[in-house]
Amino acid sequence: MSLETLPFAKALNAGLRKAMEDDSRVLMMGEDIGKLGGVFRITEHLQRDFGEQRVLDTPLAESGIVGTAIGLAMAGFRPVIEIQFDGFVFPAFDQITTQLAKLTNRHEGAVTMPIVIRIPYGGHIGAVEHHQESPEAYFAHTPGLRVVSPSTPNDAYWMIQEAIASNDPVIFMEPKSRYWQKGAVDLEQSAVPLHSSRVVRTGTDITLVGHGAMVTTLLQAAAIAEGEGTSCEVVDVRSLSPVDYGPILDSVRKTGRMVYAQEASGHASVGSEIAATVMERAFYALEAPVLRVSAYDSPFPPAKLEGTFLPDADRILEAVDRSMAY
Amino acid sequence: MTSSETQFVRVLEADGRYAPNAAAEQYLPLIEAISDTELEQFYRDMVVIRAIDNQATNLQRQGQLALWPPSRGQEAAQVGSARAARAQDTLFPSYREHAVTRIRGVDTLGIIKLMRGVSHGGWDPTDPVNGNTRLYTLVLGSQTLHATGYAMGLAFDGRSGTGDPERDEAVMVYYGDGASSQGDVHEAMVFAASYQAPTVFFLQNNQWAISVPVSTQTRVPFAQRSSGYGIPSVRVDGNDVLASYAVSRIALDEARAGNGPRAIEAETYRLGAHTTSDDPTKYRTSDEEQSWQQRDPIARMRAFLEGKGAAGSFFDEVDAEGAAAADDLRTRTLELGPPPASKIFDHVYSEPHPLMDEQRAWREQYEASFEGGQA
Repeated sequence: MSLETLPFAKALNAGLRKAMEDDSRVLMMGEDIGKLGGVFRITEHLQRDFGEQRVLDTPLAESGIVGTAIGLAMAGFRPVIEIQFDGFVFPAFDQITTQLAKLTNRHEGAVTMPIVIRIPYGGHIGAVEHHQESPEAYFAHTPGLRVVSPSTPNDAYWMIQEAIASNDPVIFMEPKSRYWQKGAVDLEQSAVPLHSSRVVRTGTDITLVGHGAMVTTLLQAAAIAEGEGTSCEVVDVRSLSPVDYGPILDSVRKTGRMVYAQEASGHASVGSEIAATVMERAFYALEAPVLRVSAYDSPFPPAKLEGTFLPDADRILEAVDRSMAY
Repeated sequence: MTSSETQFVRVLEADGRYAPNAAAEQYLPLIEAISDTELEQFYRDMVVIRAIDNQATNLQRQGQLALWPPSRGQEAAQVGSARAARAQDTLFPSYREHAVTRIRGVDTLGIIKLMRGVSHGGWDPTDPVNGNTRLYTLVLGSQTLHATGYAMGLAFDGRSGTGDPERDEAVMVYYGDGASSQGDVHEAMVFAASYQAPTVFFLQNNQWAISVPVSTQTRVPFAQRSSGYGIPSVRVDGNDVLASYAVSRIALDEARAGNGPRAIEAETYRLGAHTTSDDPTKYRTSDEEQSWQQRDPIARMRAFLEGKGAAGSFFDEVDAEGAAAADDLRTRTLELGPPPASKIFDHVYSEPHPLMDEQRAWREQYEASFEGGQA
């Protein structure tokens, strides 16, 4: 095992670099991703090392980026797109949902769409409107797309490579508040396949489930709960579409309780779908209803209020208490 | 005024007289090199597709198709441009390019499948028999970006612009006056110009976007807009198959040679309804329709060929071919049954997906649970 400690952003960069080295058909497209290396420097030095034809600073037009990536995929390329911020993916929403997601189906399999759309998402960076949102449910709801979200540097390194190797379109949700979080990266072997969920902390009393940046918050809550005598198991969903229910159901059958936490608003969210499925499939194992802790169903507020809007460890613990009280 | 404002290329007058206007002068060597056989082929293409198109319209009226977007009136723009493309070129149609697709080798039954509700595709663009013709796209303008991306890929791969016209490839994308207002068309032009992609934007201005006149989409000629993006652009009489052919040949040659994108605005008219769900009497006058009927592309070409001495038997033979093709299409349409229900789950993803597997299995079990199980 070759371990290296890297920040999430550097691990992503290393994963992108590896994918470009491994396959000359991989190319990067996005705004300011060339000389600047992206506003979060995720593509730093890639244009310098792979040239302007493989790392494209595109015109400032998201629909244009996704639409031309579709044409490039038809011509045999494997485009990897960077959307600069979550709230700016919507100009491309039409191309993603009416074209990209459906083209393999429309071609009855004769054409595949190996395109990755990287979207830095979520709050806790104190930014202005449209820069802190969690739009993953729109994509998870769309047949034909795969949606994943790494929560650790190791997952960032491996999942980006696995997403690029997929012949289906993958929406790659990057929890941007974790870009600077450091962790051990195994440069030799991926821990689990792309579309797997994973237990990241074992416990016996209750199962805490979440994705992206919220996994770190769940672990914080679990540590506090332990001090208060409640043993929490934590599951990182990792893949939002498809969802790997095995580890989640196994855990819930063991603990009998579950809380889902997410930065997205709760109504019609990924957490809602997972909660409903767990109730369908593990009903007799449950000691309490599955609870959800989400952002409020209001627009993302001005950043000074984001700490109130987004679930934190305290709000998760409040749900843990409610669940344990049944 | 830019040159695109003044250029309007016409070779054949509405009555079929060969009378090239000043803008057509540079195209004359090309036009005069067209063989009699090719001229007859252009005519044949137009007549046969009109017969097929009329048949499909009838099939819809008789309840055999959910919808049909008639191409009647737009045959010259389509035949001229499609015949101008080389075998190695790739064409991205919108959804009314019945002549274009047929010329490239696509069986019109594929379009029927789309309109009958048995497929969302209809043919395999990667199968060489289909002449590099991509699928129809129903979301207006989306395909202009796909075409531009594809053309960027050709340039990146050195499949274009090497100076060898036998091998260099270009891309032609079709869209209409309504689609021209979509942001995707504008973004496609920005990308094509920025990357000097070998894309030819072929706009059929058929004057009406369902019920909305072209004056609502633009107050300047479309060719002026595309030239504003730095794309050399030309307007052509889209009911003149010779002019449509010539401007398309030159535009494709330029794109293929690596000189960047080109744009063509073909002025034509949708003689029929937008689709069979539409009622043009609500928004346009019969005077207007009559005036365009006088400029019918097929009658024009026929008069030209007659002037050149084509035999009456030739026209009879072409009419018979059209009638036979239409009959054949009817027969094969009526034979098209519904797709198997399992198709719902096929090719949603190219790699295994648990939801598809679970739902396919559930449905089979559900069907089998009825008496005499029908899974």
